Amino acid sequence: MHVAALRLGSPPLAFAPADAARSAPLLSPINRRRLKVFEANKRGVWSLWIFLVLLVVTMASEFVANDRPLLASYKGELLFPVVVDYPETKFGGFFAETSYRDPFIADEISANGWMLWPPIRYSYRTVDEALSVPVPSAPSWLQSAEVRCGLFSAGVDDPNCNLGNYHWLGTDDQGRDVLARLFYGFRISVLFGLILSVLSSAIGITVGAMQGFFGGWVDLIGQRFLEIYGAIPQLYLLLIISSVIAPSFWVLLGILLLFSWTSLVGIVRAEFLRARNLEYVAAARALGLSSLTIMVRHLLPNATVATLTFAPFIVAGSVTTLTALDFIGFGLPAGSPSLGDLLSQGKEYLFAPWLAITSFLTIASILVLLVFIGEAVRDAFDPRKTFAVRL
Amino acid sequence: MTEPLLRVENLQIDFQTEASLVHAVRGVSFDIMPGQTVALVGESGSGKSVTALSVLKLLPAVATYPAGSIWFKGQDLLAASDQQIRAVRGNAISMIFQEPMSSLNPLHSVGKQVSEALILHRGMSKAAARLRAIELLEEVGIPDPKSRLDDFPHLLSGGQRQRVMIAMALANEPELLIADEPTTAIDVTVQAQVLALLRELQKKRGMAILFITHDLGIVRKMAAVTHVMTHGEIVEHGPTAELFANPQHPYTRKLLAAEPKGEPPTTDLYAEPVVTAEHLKVWFPIKRGLLRRTVGHIKAVDDVSITVRRGETLGVVGESGSGKTTLGRALLRLIESEGRIAYLGKDIDKLSWGGMRPLRKDMQIVFQDPYGSLSPRMSIAEIIAEGLAVHMPTLTVAQRDERVVQALREVGLEPNDRNRYPHEFSGGQRQRVAIARAMVLEPRFLVLDEPTSALDVSVQAQVVDLLRALQKKRSLTYLFISHDLRVVRALANEVMVMQGGKVVEYGPARDIFAAPRTAYTRALMAAAFEVEAVSEVGR
Repeated sequence: MHVAALRLGSPPLAFAPADAARSAPLLSPINRRRLKVFEANKRGVWSLWIFLVLLVVTMASEFVANDRPLLASYKGELLFPVVVDYPETKFGGFFAETSYRDPFIADEISANGWMLWPPIRYSYRTVDEALSVPVPSAPSWLQSAEVRCGLFSAGVDDPNCNLGNYHWLGTDDQGRDVLARLFYGFRISVLFGLILSVLSSAIGITVGAMQGFFGGWVDLIGQRFLEIYGAIPQLYLLLIISSVIAPSFWVLLGILLLFSWTSLVGIVRAEFLRARNLEYVAAARALGLSSLTIMVRHLLPNATVATLTFAPFIVAGSVTTLTALDFIGFGLPAGSPSLGDLLSQGKEYLFAPWLAITSFLTIASILVLLVFIGEAVRDAFDPRKTFAVRL
Repeated sequence: MTEPLLRVENLQIDFQTEASLVHAVRGVSFDIMPGQTVALVGESGSGKSVTALSVLKLLPAVATYPAGSIWFKGQDLLAASDQQIRAVRGNAISMIFQEPMSSLNPLHSVGKQVSEALILHRGMSKAAARLRAIELLEEVGIPDPKSRLDDFPHLLSGGQRQRVMIAMALANEPELLIADEPTTAIDVTVQAQVLALLRELQKKRGMAILFITHDLGIVRKMAAVTHVMTHGEIVEHGPTAELFANPQHPYTRKLLAAEPKGEPPTTDLYAEPVVTAEHLKVWFPIKRGLLRRTVGHIKAVDDVSITVRRGETLGVVGESGSGKTTLGRALLRLIESEGRIAYLGKDIDKLSWGGMRPLRKDMQIVFQDPYGSLSPRMSIAEIIAEGLAVHMPTLTVAQRDERVVQALREVGLEPNDRNRYPHEFSGGQRQRVAIARAMVLEPRFLVLDEPTSALDVSVQAQVVDLLRALQKKRSLTYLFISHDLRVVRALANEVMVMQGGKVVEYGPARDIFAAPRTAYTRALMAAAFEVEAVSEVGR
């Protein structure tokens, strides 16, 4: 449309030649102002960048912490173990799946080629067979070389006793690498939080919009339903449901969605109730626009401000809920890399402080980052800040 | 020569905005003698309110005072500390604001708000303050003040609220009262009462008034000395009578000449009726109790019959709450109503929302508030083209844009600006955009709902001229809703006066203006034209 507007600026319409039709900028002026306010909040900007970097890195957890090499060359053939499952028979073993950490396979591949490992040679479920101390074991850099390399065949001089096999943050009670689980756990927590927030926002906005726009009986019934629904003790119901249905990622998401969608309804409804009486909405009705068009084009943008302002806090809330469920053992299925599970281990093994400290710091940083981002977003959408300098 | 009560010397006020320094007030000087009324007149953005607020240092922190001084009884208020200023505020100098709705705290009773200042500045006891509050409310003409004392602001009418505001301002017997557009937000007939009250109180107490307004009529009635402000400067000042009789500065002349002029279309009784309504009723049910039973109705529009013929203008006049806006919206079927409505002889009152859609193109509306009626998130081009997408879906993008350009040119806006957003335009320009949005659909019938009320006087006249030109060119039919009889006189050939939802008077404009039959119409006329009558006698 704007391109066409430019093209139309041709002689038959006799525009002032000096100033050809100014095309609309990418962001409306008010949004540019908001972006400026957001950028002015340095803490929020830094938090956003840190959060994004963490998100991108953990999204690629398979390439950072894995018990399979990134690349391998075996008898002249280039292999991609991270993405392709090669049967162990290929390397002279017996199993359907190759265990690249197995000394037998590792020696076989090394003899006939090479392997390129990720920085951490454990996946979230890899049990370290080479531990010479009882689990949970302390971070490798706290141990002497003898202890660290105790079970390797050549002891301290074994080539496998290297930084890649370090447990930087120790292991948990099953001998799994904490740092690896942290990567995967961060990913699953944040993904869970984001997906839950998007879905519950979508439902909440739709319901709120209908209530606010149509008002009357729709609104009345909706409000009463929400009041009753909101009075249900959520946590207990979640416990009951998740003890009946075997929880998987998606089942858990669905269960939590049952309750989280209500958080935005009130705000969106209020915005729609307010905005449907604005004159430009009345003007749109007088133009004969359909209800759906009016809701999407004229009313939704008003509600977006409230929604976006809340988004980071909703994500933080979702992360917390998942962690809480995991902590009491009703969350993700056993063996999943979850922060709540790590936290409960920390509580159980007080003599292994690396568990508690790690999980606490991780959860705290996620929440702190999200809240800082949320504060900056809130500032950006605050009309008093956006227009503070205007009279 | 007595000392002036307030002396403002070379006052400059700057606002630090993100992008630049805005000089809101650039070197303003004036004196107010004890007991004198001085008016600051100007259009919006002229710096008059900022000047008034600075006297009590009520401006936000972004304001700075690079130069100047404000002397009040030998004390420089600009240099005064916060504590010293607080002793002056509401005590020796008090202030009344424009909006009686938001100036009173809705959570406190009237009596509490009036006595607050007494307790604070005078150290009165609660009981004594309460007695004094009753006296004050009586003085400002609140009937039965004793029982009104415990009422909350929402129970009072706009005029009564403004009276309470005045009572609060007078509580500590100020020597100077700053009145910032005290009557702008209230109805014209009430306006006259409030002004009379102010004049009477001033005479009785001998206090000085600094009167801030954009309304020249009020200035002529109230002020001894007038200062005309524009762009942060006083361009002309002098005794009010002299200034009005012999304006020197071109801006003053422009303001005085800005009254809407021109002739309305002529009445042609044989012209085809475009919109007819018979016994139109809009009743809003009042629901009470648990079961929401209907216990009564608010009769917003009660048994109104009208006929508007092609190319003519029906002016609907009345104060707020008279039902004139509701009537306009009911005619366009934007709200539910009872009674027959016909458009070009075809009944439309039974049509569904979808059935009305094809007719929306022909029947359009322009709203009062040019700030509220344009979506802040859409560019001007998008706003104007919105209706085209519904009613002329076959248009290509280029054709649509061409229509937008035409519409903008027709209302006197630069088509190159069409990708800008509403906030980049002035009030008058925005109202032109709103008119363009209606015009682009080539309607035959246009409801104009107070399209000039929110605009400065000089802009009002331009919009009136534009509307008249468009009507002539396209033989449009208008329903013009307004409380301002001056504008109505310039546009409407027929007038209907409404009060409380009912028609009070309906007929040819000329007859009604020449010989109003009801007291209500006469009161409205007095409020609008009294000024001229007085000044004509004066000459």
